[in-house]
Amino acid sequence: MMGLDIAFWVLAVVSVSTALAVVLMRDVFRAALFLVLCFFSVAGIYVTLSADFLAGAQVLIYVGAIAVLIIFVIMLTRESRQGSPSGRLRLPAILIGLFFLITMLFVVLNTDWHVVAEPPAESATTAIAQALFSEDGFVLAFEIAAALLLAAVIGAIALVRDK
Amino acid sequence: MAVGLEHFLILSAVLFSIGLYGVLAKRNAVIILMSIEIMLAAVSISMAAFSRYSHVITGQVFVIFIMVVAAAEVAVGLALIITIYRRKKTVDAEKFDLMKW
Repeated sequence: MMGLDIAFWVLAVVSVSTALAVVLMRDVFRAALFLVLCFFSVAGIYVTLSADFLAGAQVLIYVGAIAVLIIFVIMLTRESRQGSPSGRLRLPAILIGLFFLITMLFVVLNTDWHVVAEPPAESATTAIAQALFSEDGFVLAFEIAAALLLAAVIGAIALVRDK
Repeated sequence: MAVGLEHFLILSAVLFSIGLYGVLAKRNAVIILMSIEIMLAAVSISMAAFSRYSHVITGQVFVIFIMVVAAAEVAVGLALIITIYRRKKTVDAEKFDLMKW
């Protein structure tokens, strides 16, 4: 358990600092690279939560697909030279963020969570597959997700197509 | 002190607040989308943490659906940004007033 604790602290520090770099960095391209690192550390956090399938999916989808798409769009919209300045709402945004953070800290620390300390015995991948595809599972939601992805692909193509 | 559910929830809250700040304060539309991704990842962490500490797998199934929706959202959002960039030659969110009356 000691190794997992150290891994959690390292990954937590890396993910929070890279997320801060994403919103504070002036260069948009560097911010995108820090976002990739943030996604990687979130995948590591899934591993410490013994959610191995989620860690794999995180690396495949976020690092493999979404990050590449974001970097692609940054290259297409050449605004990296101008950087990413903050808008007029900077101070209210800081206040709202802090307010949300303090509220969440208060709620999390004052709730009596009923936790099971020992890690789950069976593999998460098998359990996810059973939950997704069993009779009383998420089969309908799974099919709707497929339809949503198809609609998103068609919508994205229709949006960027030359008229 | 051993790492427990609270640590993951607090990490998730911190990441969500950073993403919230980015969404509200930044002017570059791509950075706003990236901040939304950070917020989605934060929510996914708390879902996976609840799943781990209650031995109910539904939390991880929800994370998979969050990933699906995030992928769809990024595809459509970036297509919108490219379309607006073609028309207005900027990705500054404060200059996106096409639908303002």
